[in-house]
Amino acid sequence: MTLGLLQLLAFWMFACGVAGVVIRRSPLAVFMSIELMLNAANLLIVLGSGNAGMEAAASAGLAAVFILIALGAAEVAVGLAVMMAMFREGKGASLDQATGLKG
Amino acid sequence: MHPVIAALFLPLLGAVLVRAGAVRLVPSGAARLATAAVGLAHLFSWAAFFLMLSYAPGGRIHDLDLFPLMQIGEVGISFLLRWDPLSQIMLMVVTGVAFLIHLYSVSYMEGDDRYPYFFADLNLFVFSMVLLVLAGNFLLLFAGWELVGLCSYLLIGFWGAQPVAASAGLKAFVVNRIGDAGFIIAILMMAGTLGSLDYTGVFAGAPHVFLRGSGSALLLALLLFCGAMGKSAQFPLHVWLPDAMAGPTPVSALIHAATMVTAGVYLACRCQPLFELAPASLYFVAWVGAFTAVFAGTIALAQRDLKRILAYSTVSQLGLMFLAVGVGAHGAAMFHLFTHAFFKSLLFLGAGAVMHALGGELDVWKMGGLARPLKWTFWCFLAGALALAGAPLTAGFFSKDCILFAAFMAQPNGRALWLMGLAASALTGLYSFRAVWLVFGGTPRVKRAHEPHDPPALMRWPMAALAVLSLVAGFLWLPSWTHFGPFGRFLEPVLGLSGHYAPPRAEEAAMAFAVAAFLAGVGAAWGLYRRGAQTVKLVGGRLKPLHRVLFNKYWVDEVYRALVVKPLFRTAGRMESGIDRAGFDEAAEGTAGTALESSTEGRKWQTGHTGHYALAMALGAAGLAVLVYLVQTWVLP
Repeated sequence: MTLGLLQLLAFWMFACGVAGVVIRRSPLAVFMSIELMLNAANLLIVLGSGNAGMEAAASAGLAAVFILIALGAAEVAVGLAVMMAMFREGKGASLDQATGLKG
Repeated sequence: MHPVIAALFLPLLGAVLVRAGAVRLVPSGAARLATAAVGLAHLFSWAAFFLMLSYAPGGRIHDLDLFPLMQIGEVGISFLLRWDPLSQIMLMVVTGVAFLIHLYSVSYMEGDDRYPYFFADLNLFVFSMVLLVLAGNFLLLFAGWELVGLCSYLLIGFWGAQPVAASAGLKAFVVNRIGDAGFIIAILMMAGTLGSLDYTGVFAGAPHVFLRGSGSALLLALLLFCGAMGKSAQFPLHVWLPDAMAGPTPVSALIHAATMVTAGVYLACRCQPLFELAPASLYFVAWVGAFTAVFAGTIALAQRDLKRILAYSTVSQLGLMFLAVGVGAHGAAMFHLFTHAFFKSLLFLGAGAVMHALGGELDVWKMGGLARPLKWTFWCFLAGALALAGAPLTAGFFSKDCILFAAFMAQPNGRALWLMGLAASALTGLYSFRAVWLVFGGTPRVKRAHEPHDPPALMRWPMAALAVLSLVAGFLWLPSWTHFGPFGRFLEPVLGLSGHYAPPRAEEAAMAFAVAAFLAGVGAAWGLYRRGAQTVKLVGGRLKPLHRVLFNKYWVDEVYRALVVKPLFRTAGRMESGIDRAGFDEAAEGTAGTALESSTEGRKWQTGHTGHYALAMALGAAGLAVLVYLVQTWVLP
């Protein structure tokens, strides 16, 4: 029962993240939404590895989580740098202004 | 460490240090560093000389293998130096003359904006030239060969802001490429058939592959000579050398008189075993040399620019050296190279001193009467001119006599070649003393803003040293009846005996003719140019057509322009509009245009809003998830 609820929680967190990325205009908020999605994925991995009941699977899952956390940290570094650059250009307030890829 | 290794790398070290420190060093510091590097290299060359003398004559040929460079298939190439009497003499001449010219330049180039760079380039040149003469295989030789060409280009165009200097540098480079193309093909032929590029391997293997008198041997020798013709400015590739005088005068003295241009003669001496496999090629070498000697000598008669007179004289003297190579007198060629390095660089330094005194004036018809105010320069220039003209007992007399006598004794065609050599000698006397009289004799022909004066001590002393050498260097190889010839004997292990069997009194007779040619030339100069005004009348009257031909240098440049340069530019123009613009550009732009038009619809999807991209990604991921679910539930079971 708890497992099912926790899985639902992860789905909900992921959905919130997706919605945040798609809807929000502030780059900082988009960034937080991405982190939310990463954490949702982490939660699912932890649940899955604990449920498998095998030592090997459990440690593999934990390792995957650590890799994901490291990935998130790296993403923060790159993302913040991108955001700094955007602020410098005066396009930091809203993602609507950053349309350099427009065809 | 072996002294020749130090002599090789010291100038390179100097060049690197001066160039790296060009911005920070005070100008005089840069000049001192560069001069010291070359001076030390010269001292090491003396050390190497005495070391060599300590060996028996038979054991004086050494290969110094420093480190392996590369392995191409079967051909292994290493940084191999050849240290033998031939390269030893070249090493001493190059570093010695270069040192004196460095000293001269310290004062001559003073006040130039790019003073340190001049010395860096000059040092790099000395390194390249030493590499060329010390190379132990054809690849290193070629590397030095191209490096001296590069330095020549850099230094001719040293005052590149002037269009004349820039285009002269380019011309030198392009004309040399023609000769070098032949040289490269020759090197590839050797690498491909002999499996080695080391001198030892090539000279040992060549007689088995390039059979004596065969077509392939002739081709190889002619291709090598093609390279030598370019570097040593032999007809028809002589056109770059007179234009190269646009560079600073010390450069003309060092590179375009004493050292680099003699590299072709050195190559011909070095490759003596290869040339001897094709006797026909030697006739060709001799005739090209003899023709160039006379041809350039006549042009020198009518030039007005002092440095150009000297440049054509260099071409003519190089022709004499090739004449010697062609008749098998390699020792005589090297001896003339040796003495010529002294008196020709001296004459150029003298021309530099005259320019220094007259504010850059080069037209000999605007000079005159300089003997009194420029005493020192006058005596030095006179010593150089006497040696160049072959006045008895000067250096040029003995070396030219060696060549003329060798030609006299050569079979076949000896007498014809000898007569041409004699004519070239007479012309030498005429044009060199024409220059002496027009520059120093008589009275000033134009009014001068201020009284000219001798150059400072740093320019005077190198000239004095070279003047002494020009007068005495000839005593190193006296005619054979004296049995005194340390120069020839020193070279014997490499070049062999260059003496011919001489019937009694033949050498004395040849020498008498050489003296007669000298007297005829100088006498003609005295008769014609003692009083400038009469000559002008003569040249304006009866001699006018001849003067026009000579003054315009037989229109060789014009012929090249009409036959090569213009058609080349026309073809290039047609290729540009016809193939490049209409073909490639149209094809590329057409493709781009089509892509642009076809993408009009697709572009609307690219809004640039990150949100839209994120939504698309999310929908795509969801779609994939649904697809995987459907496949797993409905298709796979």
